[in-house]
Amino acid sequence: MELLDPTSEAMPEGRQPLPRLSQIDGAVIGLLDISKPKGNVFLDRIEALLNEQGAITKRFRKPTFTRVAPDALRQEIAGSCDAVLEALAD
Amino acid sequence: MTEITLVVKQGCETCTLIEPIIRQIAEHFNPRVICQDTQDFPTGLPVEFDASLEQSYRLRIEVVPTLIIQKDGIETSRIFGWDVAAWEALLGIQFKSDLPKFRPGCGSKTHDPGMQERLAAQFSGHMLAARRLNFENVDDIEIGYDQGWSDGLPVVPPTAERVMRMLAGTRRQPDEIIGIVPPDFAPCSIEKIAINAVLAGCRPEYLPVVIAAVEAVLEDQFCMHGLLATTYFSGPMVIVNGPISRAIGMNSGGNALGQGNRANATIGRALQLIIRNVGGGRPGGVDRSALGNPGKYTFCFSEDETNSCWESLAVEKGFSSEESTVTVFAADGMQGLVDQKSRDPESLCRSFAAGLRVIGHPKMVQGSDAFLVVSPEHERIFRDAQWNKQQVKDRLLDLLMIPGEELIQGAGGIAEGLPEKLRSAVLCKFREGGLNIVRAGGRAGLFSAIIAGWGASGSTGSVPVTRQIQS
Repeated sequence: MELLDPTSEAMPEGRQPLPRLSQIDGAVIGLLDISKPKGNVFLDRIEALLNEQGAITKRFRKPTFTRVAPDALRQEIAGSCDAVLEALAD
Repeated sequence: MTEITLVVKQGCETCTLIEPIIRQIAEHFNPRVICQDTQDFPTGLPVEFDASLEQSYRLRIEVVPTLIIQKDGIETSRIFGWDVAAWEALLGIQFKSDLPKFRPGCGSKTHDPGMQERLAAQFSGHMLAARRLNFENVDDIEIGYDQGWSDGLPVVPPTAERVMRMLAGTRRQPDEIIGIVPPDFAPCSIEKIAINAVLAGCRPEYLPVVIAAVEAVLEDQFCMHGLLATTYFSGPMVIVNGPISRAIGMNSGGNALGQGNRANATIGRALQLIIRNVGGGRPGGVDRSALGNPGKYTFCFSEDETNSCWESLAVEKGFSSEESTVTVFAADGMQGLVDQKSRDPESLCRSFAAGLRVIGHPKMVQGSDAFLVVSPEHERIFRDAQWNKQQVKDRLLDLLMIPGEELIQGAGGIAEGLPEKLRSAVLCKFREGGLNIVRAGGRAGLFSAIIAGWGASGSTGSVPVTRQIQS
């Protein structure tokens, strides 16, 4: 029986994750709040812990948790940070 | 250069009747004679036996005999059946015969049951771009499960024939890309929609509704990506308005929100299957719903416009009652609302408001939108009092202005709630435009239904979208 494929037929390329940061001291860590309630509480604590270890932190915020981050925001994070932490909270 | 083509079949009495005429035409011209069912008819003439029916299909023959005149390869005239005056005028000759002046023809073999889609798949199959997958020695119903195409119920195997038959339901081209489907952001063609409509069990005449529903959920303001990904209950619900809902036999009456109507059942299902198969959105994958709701199999109905005293949802959205539309809404399941005692609008509005107050949570405000589906027996109370839909909405929104002291955290011994600073505020349950009313349901029963929406509405999340259905 011959059938037509109902899927997108996409064959995503497998990608390796970037290497882990070798050290936190001096690294620029982005902290992305997705605009869920209490995301700031979680990120404030994470930021304090990272700063204690010498990380430079930068805060970012998505306009709404219901949509993917706008391209400009993703590019800004990618261009200015060594790593990013995303806070899923409620 | 003039070319004459004649398509006949021996099994047609009119064709055998005019066999002497065909011979006379051959004396004057050099006609191309195509016979659908034998190579020996008409006898004594060179005949193209169209065993595969490819020539008849390409010539779009519906009736035999058909006489076609082409000049320099372009068709200039066509007649079918036997009409001596018309044939003589077209060919410019006088026939020597005592045949009856007129006889209707017979159906072309290309229009035998199931033949059109078989021929379309065979001779127009190049229009289909989807990957073809071959399966051997398997139960065809199990394929949908094995391949992960199913929502849990059996799917109709999407053969090329079935997909071509489905595509006959729209004038739009199979390769037209109508949008990008989340969560994989995959381009979605009319063909892919048709394939999934086959899986869902749609008839071809439902396809324009499915296409419009897909276009509607892909509008940015509907936020399909977030709706799929959320831990909330919701999924896309489709309300159909206008003449097409009646033309395709949708149910807006008894059990409108329930089972048993093919159009209602399969249009909503097709939309979900497109999100699953084209978009890649699956439970346990990007679909993170904590509980989901039964409407995520299918949730589609039409508004009863013909018996309503109110203007329809589509008219409220700026369309005419002669235009057909879909409205998509990020919906949870439905909650019944029983009121068998109210006989005036004020009392009934108070019942409705009490039910609407609790959606999501009694303390949640400005979060979910809602559709109130008013049944005929409840609508009659507003009809008798001459309340239009807007008056009902206005009264409900008045009744749903809630004091902050009832909404704040800790109120009623419930930790959930709004921040203490809103204690003295008075807040409406719904955002502006968040409460919608449609009429549907069977004639008996003082019951209406509340369909609550995703807890993220408006610019934060999803806004209902209405789109016109194109043929």
